[in-house]
Amino acid sequence: MEKMARVTTALGGNALTGRTMFCHLDAPANAISVCRDAAQVVVAGRNIFKIYSIEEEQFVEKLNLRVGRKPSLNFSCADVVWHQMDENLLATAATNGVVVTWNLGKPSRNKQDQLFTEHKRTVNKVCFHPTEVYMLLSGSQDGYMKCFDLRKKDSVSTFSGQSESVRDVQFSIRDYFTFAATFENGNVQLWDIRRPDRYERMFTAHNGPVFCCDWHPEDRGWLATGGRDKMVKVWDMNTTRAKEIYCVQTIASVARVKWRPECKHHIATCSMMVDHNIYVWDVRRPFIPSAMFEEHKDVTTGIVWRHLHDPYFLLSGSKDSTLYQHIFKDASQPIDRANPEGLCYSLYGDLAFAAKESLVSSDSNRKPYIGDRRHPIFFKRKLDPTEQFEYISSCSALSVFETDVESGSMDWFVHTAKQYALAGRPLAELCDHNAKVAKGLDRNQVAQTWTMLRIIYSSLGTVASTNLNHSMGKGSTALPLMNSFNLKDIPAGLGSESRLDRSKGESRTENILMDSSSTLINNEDNEETEGSDVPADYLLGDVEADEDELYMMDHENPHAEEQEYSLPQEAFPLRHEIVDNPSALDHLQDKADSPHVSGNEAETVGQGRLAPRQRQRGRDGVADARGVLLADLHLPLALREPPALRLLQPHRAGHAALLRRAGRRADGRVRAHRAGGAHPQGDRRADAGALVHVLHRPAAALPALEHLQRGDQAEHLPCHQLPQPGFHHPAHQLQQLQAAHEQQGLDLRQVSAVCQHVCRVSPRGEGALCLVPGLQPRRPPAAHHEVAGDQLPLPRRLWPSLRVHLSPPECT
Amino acid sequence: MWGALLCAVTWKVPGHGLPLGLPGQEPGSLSAVSTAPSHLGTGQERSVLMVVKMSSSDPECPQFLFVKVLASRGRLEAVTQQMGYHPQYLDSFLKTQHYLMHMDGPLPFDCRHYIAIMAAARHQCRYLVNLHVLQFLRAGGDPQWLRGLEFIPPKLRNLNEINKILAHRPWLITKEHIEKLLKISEWSWSLAELVHAVVLLAHCHALASFVFGCGCEQDEGLGGRGSLKPLSLGNQCFCEATAGNSCSQELLRINRKRSLDSCMELDSLRERMQRIHVETEGRDEMRLLQQDREEGLSPLADTDGEVTGATNLACYMQDPDFGYQDFARRDEDQTQVFRVQDYSWEDHGFSLVNRLYSDIGHLLDEKFRMVDGLQSSAMAKRQGCEPSVFKRGIWNYIHCMFGIRYDDYDYAEVNQLLERILKVYIKTVTCYPEKTNSEMFDRFWKQFKHSEKVHVNLLILEARMQAELLYALQAITQYMIS
Repeated sequence: MEKMARVTTALGGNALTGRTMFCHLDAPANAISVCRDAAQVVVAGRNIFKIYSIEEEQFVEKLNLRVGRKPSLNFSCADVVWHQMDENLLATAATNGVVVTWNLGKPSRNKQDQLFTEHKRTVNKVCFHPTEVYMLLSGSQDGYMKCFDLRKKDSVSTFSGQSESVRDVQFSIRDYFTFAATFENGNVQLWDIRRPDRYERMFTAHNGPVFCCDWHPEDRGWLATGGRDKMVKVWDMNTTRAKEIYCVQTIASVARVKWRPECKHHIATCSMMVDHNIYVWDVRRPFIPSAMFEEHKDVTTGIVWRHLHDPYFLLSGSKDSTLYQHIFKDASQPIDRANPEGLCYSLYGDLAFAAKESLVSSDSNRKPYIGDRRHPIFFKRKLDPTEQFEYISSCSALSVFETDVESGSMDWFVHTAKQYALAGRPLAELCDHNAKVAKGLDRNQVAQTWTMLRIIYSSLGTVASTNLNHSMGKGSTALPLMNSFNLKDIPAGLGSESRLDRSKGESRTENILMDSSSTLINNEDNEETEGSDVPADYLLGDVEADEDELYMMDHENPHAEEQEYSLPQEAFPLRHEIVDNPSALDHLQDKADSPHVSGNEAETVGQGRLAPRQRQRGRDGVADARGVLLADLHLPLALREPPALRLLQPHRAGHAALLRRAGRRADGRVRAHRAGGAHPQGDRRADAGALVHVLHRPAAALPALEHLQRGDQAEHLPCHQLPQPGFHHPAHQLQQLQAAHEQQGLDLRQVSAVCQHVCRVSPRGEGALCLVPGLQPRRPPAAHHEVAGDQLPLPRRLWPSLRVHLSPPECT
Repeated sequence: MWGALLCAVTWKVPGHGLPLGLPGQEPGSLSAVSTAPSHLGTGQERSVLMVVKMSSSDPECPQFLFVKVLASRGRLEAVTQQMGYHPQYLDSFLKTQHYLMHMDGPLPFDCRHYIAIMAAARHQCRYLVNLHVLQFLRAGGDPQWLRGLEFIPPKLRNLNEINKILAHRPWLITKEHIEKLLKISEWSWSLAELVHAVVLLAHCHALASFVFGCGCEQDEGLGGRGSLKPLSLGNQCFCEATAGNSCSQELLRINRKRSLDSCMELDSLRERMQRIHVETEGRDEMRLLQQDREEGLSPLADTDGEVTGATNLACYMQDPDFGYQDFARRDEDQTQVFRVQDYSWEDHGFSLVNRLYSDIGHLLDEKFRMVDGLQSSAMAKRQGCEPSVFKRGIWNYIHCMFGIRYDDYDYAEVNQLLERILKVYIKTVTCYPEKTNSEMFDRFWKQFKHSEKVHVNLLILEARMQAELLYALQAITQYMIS
């Protein structure tokens, strides 16, 4: 009855209106709370305690509760709560351990009502009983929870958390007598207020402190918790044992969680460190937030839905001293920006590529994919992983490119490694040299790429064409100039820069596309055709991270070609050495002499050897050559934009930090994948920020094709089509996978955030381990691989990338 | 695996004080033969062969940890022996140190040791410097670097500024310092490297405090003075396994006797503790520091001349005159105070450090929690107060010296809890560890058992480390926000 009454008073009259707006506070906020009429909000912090009224167009300061000359620590609020039944009643938790109640009905300037000084340490949280006017609960750092009757001077009962700090307390909405408390050691306890001697239930919810919890508003017995371990978990408390029913992994520790009114599965979260955004998640779709508010410039400290029954208005306070009202229709929706694409290598080097149907052109020349018989059946499928996404009405196309077994020979790779020069000479010379080497190994496309690099970076047009010719002239006569940028094709007047412009070069790109695909088709049985040869940025491996600098050089220093080129310092992940300007060349030679091959270069192998006879399925797949072309083109295309634009990511602030941590290497990787979105047929919106998510899991883990595929249909709803937004940690994917498939043998042994490597046990067992480099698409080497110990006889700076080493190819 | 372990330990070659470890010795090997300087001998060369049978499977017993350390590092350092009084803590400490120094991380191994040298040199801690010089060379470091800061790459040299600040006046660190180091240039640091370096610096500064506080430095520096009881502990523990428990019981007896001697002091302490609950003093934390000043707690300027050997380490330092200065002495500007409620290790520091240098957060967290949870029930019982009150008093007093304040603490308690002489000791060890001398070490604390003294030193170590980390991480956070 109570609830009904509130509904009518609140929404019966006029629905809430307003717009996204903010106001500056004088000081950072620690917490906010709304009045039940949804027209006023209270902001509390160390140096602020004010009430604002929420008008149509702006916030208007109504009342300053910090009165008195001497600043008292009693005013330094860690938390504030407004009673949901009595509009005049407020409570604050002070950092010095005092619990204060405020009566706005007082005639005097000082509205302070009662002062409870029972806690010995900072009070982290206060909470009013949802239906009982005089009942107040507090949770403190000193490990105690206290229940106050506001008609009495002292607390009526004390609950002991066994000297473990209490981070949050929340009365249950369903059970009159129950409240939940969360603790610094990761536990959650349920208490009955009539029984202060011991808790009713306890379970460990998180690894590390549980900062917050929130009961589901709709009587469901659901409790959401958020912790320092970056997880949001939803627990079903109806069963005898608390059962985790949903889990959302965020990118930073979770400071607050708040269920969204009227939306059963939606929950808003904000973070305590690094990440300033507010996310609204659909807990059923844990990989990507359904909405996101990015206004704050420092961490968000308080979020609250403006009205109990209105899901469209969210208020937030922040350390950046602003108070915001967010309107749902102004929220950014990361899902719109994410390109649901997935790329994965199988155990045997096959490449599966899934993308939204609208992004891939239809092609009648496709065969249905029947699945790979070679894969052992080790995935016990419990449930259809796509089921949870059924309500998402988008379907995608899957293409599978098979690897040609015979192409596994690695000789060219060894030669390449031995002969390439990557430093010590002017860039132009290096490119020429490397082009020659590639040419000599019958890898024309790579040679082309080197030449292109030279054109792009070491000169401005005029010299380039001669160089191109020069370089080509050195090679054999018959050059399948499949997708070189032949300068003659370019309309005069366009500089070399604009020539590569993606949008302007659209028609040009299509020409290339036609060229190369036809070449491929014609040469279908020709082993020598390297149509899908190594894309330039993979080839460059570590150098890829330095595109920025090269690019800059191009602008600022037209004579860059004269300078001696040496690998910039962070070209290799600097993990084990900072010596005085080491000669990078030496290291490379070491590398060449070594029997081990770096993980990065191993990728080259995988990328490069897609046989022309690729099978496709469905009506909308990527044409073979196109996939190939993509790989070849994406370096120059990726180079077109400054890095900031390339990283169009939902988690902007958080990922900026992530990227900074991962270094520019990671940056480079993201860039490389993004270029995948530069598909000639792709729509432009996607091009602007398309980000191909690469998921690390064996191809066999892709959704069962037979299940998805009937007849010639190309539709499937891969569960990975909506991965976490942006730059994510590959380990999470693996975890998800593990949970979803109960795959035996797939094990997260070691996840190093610095190098973004994931260690996983080969699904085939045999005690073999492989380290999967972070976000890079790679092909597990044909031979078995193992984790090298720390005693690799290699220069130390090469270690991170060298953990995976190939045994010599067992030529079949 | 360690269940029944045979360990052959050989000591020989005393004298030069530089043990020859066994490079490449793995912790997992079943037996370790090691050479280490003898603390037993009279200076003559002699070797002792001991076969220790470890039948205990309790991983918390110090012997087990000692053998593990001995096997992995080739020597048993005085610090390890001291911490052996608190095996749970020792375990956690060793794990962290091992991770910092020898496990996967952003910095190259030789640089880690060099940074440790730089940090220890700020406090003229020759014990730590020698230790890390050896490990630096063993890690393949360039011997030229040991000639001083002039001979190291600018990138490392740039770290000197924050080393200096963190060691003595951490509150001065700002986001501009961070910016300067991270600014893109030939010698720029990456954020991950910087965080690694900061943790290393804080670790070594704090460890230097512990080294001086427990008197490990005297032993190392003066070439086996051997008068300090603690140093025999390590040996005793091994003896214990073979020759029964006589030695340790001896030690216990001595300690007990000593503690009896100090019953008088104890009583007065207990009295003071009780008075706290009666008296209600104004909660003005600034008074504490003023009182410090009046009592002349930060004196010792006269002992300056006593510190010898500074010349040796001067090459690792720039601006050697930069030292601790009373936080309160600067000005009474309240806004400068660092409020734990606004930036705490649990809420903020942990998340940041763990993000930038994975797993270190968990290790440090465990260490902080461990030192907080160390049971010194005997001490508390004798004082008639809750152990947590005493620990918190020391902890907050140390943080207070660095300008870190707890809203929910009444700083008047510190003056009630800690007698002046104890405060002098804590302040000296925290702020000017190099000025700790043996008289100080012997003079006060007669009411404590040795293990309790170590316990207080551990509190100093951890509190100091956390204080430095908080300031450094806050600066990094501000850098990331801007």
